[in-house]
Amino acid sequence: MKPSSTQYELNKNLAQMLKGGVIMDVTTPEQAKIAEAAGACAVMALERIPADIRAAGGVSRMSDPGMIEGIQNAVSIPVMAKCRIGHFVEAQILEAIEIDYIDESEVLTPADDELHIDKTKFRVPFVCGAKNLQEALHRISEGAAMIRTKGEPGTGDIIQAVRHIRSIQSEIRRLSSMSESDLQNLAVQINISYDLLASVQKTGSLPVVQFAAGGIATPADAALMMQLGAEGVFVGSGIFKSKQPEKRAAAIVKAVTNFEDAHLLADLSKDLGEAMVGINEEEISLLMAERGSK
Amino acid sequence: MNIAILALQGAFIEHAHMLSQLSVSSFFLRKKEDVERPFDGLILPGGESTSQGKLLRELGLLEPLKQSILEGTPVFGTCAGLLLLAKKIENDERTHLATMNICARRNAYGRQLGSFFTEETGKGLGKLPMTFIRAPYISNVSGETQILAQCQGRIVAAREKNQLVTAFHPELTKDLTVHRYFLSMIRERLRNKESSAIPIFLPSH
Repeated sequence: MKPSSTQYELNKNLAQMLKGGVIMDVTTPEQAKIAEAAGACAVMALERIPADIRAAGGVSRMSDPGMIEGIQNAVSIPVMAKCRIGHFVEAQILEAIEIDYIDESEVLTPADDELHIDKTKFRVPFVCGAKNLQEALHRISEGAAMIRTKGEPGTGDIIQAVRHIRSIQSEIRRLSSMSESDLQNLAVQINISYDLLASVQKTGSLPVVQFAAGGIATPADAALMMQLGAEGVFVGSGIFKSKQPEKRAAAIVKAVTNFEDAHLLADLSKDLGEAMVGINEEEISLLMAERGSK
Repeated sequence: MNIAILALQGAFIEHAHMLSQLSVSSFFLRKKEDVERPFDGLILPGGESTSQGKLLRELGLLEPLKQSILEGTPVFGTCAGLLLLAKKIENDERTHLATMNICARRNAYGRQLGSFFTEETGKGLGKLPMTFIRAPYISNVSGETQILAQCQGRIVAAREKNQLVTAFHPELTKDLTVHRYFLSMIRERLRNKESSAIPIFLPSH
């Protein structure tokens, strides 16, 4: 049975409830509890955080469903999990264990280099990465109920997330000056429905909630993404790869709420101990953001 | 009339949009200093109650808001907002503002796959569209709390004097009924305030 359009609305609605919040990567029930106590609005359950996936290399897959269930039982906030791009059976498994949100993620090794999952076939919501407007609209057309920047996971380097969010916004601004025929041409050119493009032009924003992800390591990074227009943030390696995860997690949560208050941000940034070491985007050989760019 | 909307986490902008459609101004509460501004009513939006509850405490908003509610400021909580107001939560030891005589159950319909949309008739409110997102319900009420709506045999909207709660999200629909009802609670209070104010006679010279 194909899910109803009501289900898609409910799935977009859940993303609205996550806004102004921080979604944290966790690998154990203990970490999930720390994240919940620190004020996370959801957790992403995965076996290895992106920095370790990057270090270990090899093929990276969906986490053990038993391990994900352990995290679901440990916390009362929504639990998300990742499946590989195009791997619709991993998604079916995650739906079967009643995950709250599936992240079809470039952090894992892609299973299909042509197609993403047809997300309209699922009742459970999906969040997908996008580094420009075209990618975001393709993912939404496929049924994504939430969009995040791709950033460059596991690096602690914010440059890509900034690039992606600025790119999406400047492309939306460019739409605003387009005539109806320009828009029709563009729709054909990038293979997006005219109605979807026209709605983005009319509202000046994506029709789904947009979060920032990739490389966020400090309260200042999180506030930067919020000031640039993100509606919330994902923090992956940034928390549990740092020296004081509890304190840093709580500080990032407060920074997302009061992202325009520099005095409070200054206080939040004090004595957090060492941040994750981080690697620059030039120093890495694998750009995860390039995965699933079609 | 000016309404304060708690904006720590969740769907607070949606409430501001509803109020602007009703030509009512609002502002966001994000830190202690914001509570010092005068407001006639308070909205507690949906989101994650654990996240909002922690921020309420740590940003110094819990006590001043609790005081304001106890002094009679009309308050409207949706979903997580309902949980912030509940005196008891049957499946969570933590309570937050704890000013309303209701006992709530968190995530009462299960995970996201249990989220649903329906329509039910509310007491004096007519037919209401109801969007439930990982929603709670009210397992029982006490004191002077009146039940305003039920769904599948569960209490999903209630009022106790100046406090109004819904387990569903009117702010995610186009229906302004519940927000209008809340505004009528505020007007009622403003009228009572005016009539009970002691007239001041200036000495004549």
